[in-house]
Amino acid sequence: MLSRLFENVSRRALVLLGVLLVGLFGAPIVASDYLLTVLILILYFAYIGQAWNIMMGFAGQLSLGHALYVGLGAYTAAALYVHFGIGPWLGLLVAVPIAGLAGAFIGYLAFRFKVGGVYFAILTIAVAEFARVGFDHLSWTNGSSGLFLPVAQYTRNDLWLLRGQPVMFYYILLVAVVLAFVFCRALLQSRIGYFWLAIREDEEAARSAGIDTFRYKMIAVIISSAMTSFAGVIYAFYYNNLFPEQVFHISRSIEIILGPIVGGVGTLFGPIIGAFLLTGMSETLIAALHALGVDIPGAKQVFYGFCLLLVIAALPDGIWPWLSRRIGLSEREK
Amino acid sequence: MPFDVYLNVAVGGLLTGLVYGLMALGLSVIFGVVRVVNFAHGEMMTIAMYIAIVLFSALHLDPLVMLVPISAVLFCFGYALQAGVINPFITRPEHSQFLLLVAIAIIIINVLLIIFGPDAQSVQTSYSYDSFQIGKLIVDATKLYAAAAALTVAVALYGFFQFTAIGTAIRACADNYTGALVVGLDVKHLYALTFGLGSACVGAAGVMLVLIVDVTPSLGPAYTLLAFVIVITGGLGSMPGALLGGVLIGLTEAMAGLIFTPSAKSMFAFAILVLVLLFRPQGIMGKKAA
Amino acid sequence: MSALLKVDGISKRFRGLLAVDRLSFDVPEGGIFAVIGPNGAGKTTLFNMIAGVYVPDNGTISFAGERIDGLSSDRVCQRGVGRTFQIVRPFPALSVEDNVIVGALMRRHDVVDARTHAHEVLRRLDLYDKRAQRASSLTLPDRKRLEVARSLATDPKLLLLDEVMAGLRPTETDRIVSILKELNRDGLTILLIEHVMRAVMALAGRILVLHHGASIAEGAPGEVVRDPAVIDSYLGAEDI
Repeated sequence: MLSRLFENVSRRALVLLGVLLVGLFGAPIVASDYLLTVLILILYFAYIGQAWNIMMGFAGQLSLGHALYVGLGAYTAAALYVHFGIGPWLGLLVAVPIAGLAGAFIGYLAFRFKVGGVYFAILTIAVAEFARVGFDHLSWTNGSSGLFLPVAQYTRNDLWLLRGQPVMFYYILLVAVVLAFVFCRALLQSRIGYFWLAIREDEEAARSAGIDTFRYKMIAVIISSAMTSFAGVIYAFYYNNLFPEQVFHISRSIEIILGPIVGGVGTLFGPIIGAFLLTGMSETLIAALHALGVDIPGAKQVFYGFCLLLVIAALPDGIWPWLSRRIGLSEREK
Repeated sequence: MPFDVYLNVAVGGLLTGLVYGLMALGLSVIFGVVRVVNFAHGEMMTIAMYIAIVLFSALHLDPLVMLVPISAVLFCFGYALQAGVINPFITRPEHSQFLLLVAIAIIIINVLLIIFGPDAQSVQTSYSYDSFQIGKLIVDATKLYAAAAALTVAVALYGFFQFTAIGTAIRACADNYTGALVVGLDVKHLYALTFGLGSACVGAAGVMLVLIVDVTPSLGPAYTLLAFVIVITGGLGSMPGALLGGVLIGLTEAMAGLIFTPSAKSMFAFAILVLVLLFRPQGIMGKKAA
Repeated sequence: MSALLKVDGISKRFRGLLAVDRLSFDVPEGGIFAVIGPNGAGKTTLFNMIAGVYVPDNGTISFAGERIDGLSSDRVCQRGVGRTFQIVRPFPALSVEDNVIVGALMRRHDVVDARTHAHEVLRRLDLYDKRAQRASSLTLPDRKRLEVARSLATDPKLLLLDEVMAGLRPTETDRIVSILKELNRDGLTILLIEHVMRAVMALAGRILVLHHGASIAEGAPGEVVRDPAVIDSYLGAEDI
């Protein structure tokens, strides 16, 4: 099984992957506090992007409401911690099934009735928005005034309760990104992966090749939503405050999916590259505008919007398919 | 609460709903013909709203008087956007189109933010507080005017599609893209026209909504979403469906705001969407699901 | 020979149009059965009912002694009915090999087994050398063969072929004909819709002529093509 993961991977790719990994594991030693927070953000988006990619890139189901699963994960774990002192890793045991159930609910609603494409996308937004307004009025999680985790000055990192310094979150997310990458590669090479790609390419043809498309689309939503909720748990314990308006907002869902689309939908490196590029671009713009003395709210986003436009116009399939050809590694074409 | 309070709120919701319906109609027309989901729909509406605000505060021009000119500006904006930016994307996959329109939406929101700042602005006309009383029923003048204008625009659009040569050509494009190309229709131009018309609809709706709501640059996404909910509820591609969906959602929001709390009203709109998808996925007036 | 597929009095109406009208026929196990008829005769509708895309309004369809009408198309395929589409639908962004692996995975849980099986099928259909190409880059004849390959990889007992010869050159047609004969010899039952009479005459053991959704003739190829009703409604002056 393990050897199969490395099948069809060129030596060049392995070396590059190794260098990247060593670089990322060593980064906190040299990175400033600021750079570390940027890297944490990048890893966070890379991880969720990978989870989202399972649905869209593999199974072809466009979800525009992934903030729902982040929010459910974040709120469940945080509320359990605040109310009952239950730690995040145990909270995960509750948060993941809840997010998975939410995913299953949306999937069931849509796939039963062959609600696809745009309809499905809008259903996912609608449920996320429903949750946003719902959590605004949920007193157990403090409604719109926000849920806060107790914070103190931490001198040591408590991995069990996720109380500590940013570097701890960095390594947790880095491990999560690596595991998600390996997991997705394994999925793609499995029977399920083949069925997903078939469904993405042509659902009716997939059905006539004997694939129970409902079942495999459900599996995709459930895996994707459950994976995403883990990022939510980390979010809650990293930021220590949760507001429905922020966590569930549609702009969060959009942020999540820009990375993998820009990086290359359906590719394993797309979500990672997209996260690096977009977060990097966003931070660079802030720095550049600051250096130029431009202090206009909105200016950064306007540039960002134009950059997105250029990228999508120039590279319709995203950056990775183009980049991998340029540096002489072609991921098996999907 | 006495019954007439409910009735008044219901009528208010119904009238606002007609304006929502016009906004959604724009989305529906664009999707029905060009097959692009305009994720910048609400953002385009805010452009029209700010134009109305500027004209009103600088030149004291009444928004309802400026309805046609502002819609014309939005028409041009939509035409140029489709012809210049979106057209190369019409054969691309949905997520690619989505990214494009999200980028456009981000640019619109933030350009408005740079120009107008984050604070809410509104228009106070001479008739802002007028109302008509019919028996126990009290109707806001602004809402009544807005709803009447929305209906007029919708009927005019319907007439355009049914009775003019260009309208017929556009419907032909929507039915059969290749066929339209074969018979020599200038599809690119017709698509741009359609996008322009859809934009004019949402522009007109925006001008009317300026009379009813306060405007901020970040208003867009919520209205984009509202338009989606309405269009799917009413049935994608159905013009009467969009209006009916608008009325239904407007009514639901108004009643939910009264009975529960105004801040929770959009939850009920989403609940309706889920119910519709459960029991009638093609929408109330839709023929069949895509 | 017993009937592998038994179609009994099925009809299908689309709004006003009666596409298939109380049609009955049996496809014997191990045979090659052809359905011919002019465009719009209801051939593809018939196929879609057998393959589980449409549910017949009345009548029953039995496969290997069990009812299959009303089953979804994936279930029908799992029972052992493979199909191709008139307008070919391979998975465009996947490689030729991966297309066939998808089919092979229906009865195999291990990807390595499925790949081995896919390679066998690809060899039979002369596609082995093109296995690494993207399906979308293939020529039409190759895409048609790829569809047959994907379907065959599911190990069907009955193969439904919807105009796989249309648009092919005579040499390509002959090649497919010989491939299909070989598959049939190995025990595969085939039901084909075809316009290319050259292929039908070379392959079919039995022909059914469909016109306005109803059968106007059924029998051995030699009899059917001499049937005046058939010549009138379908074959006309076309040389056979």
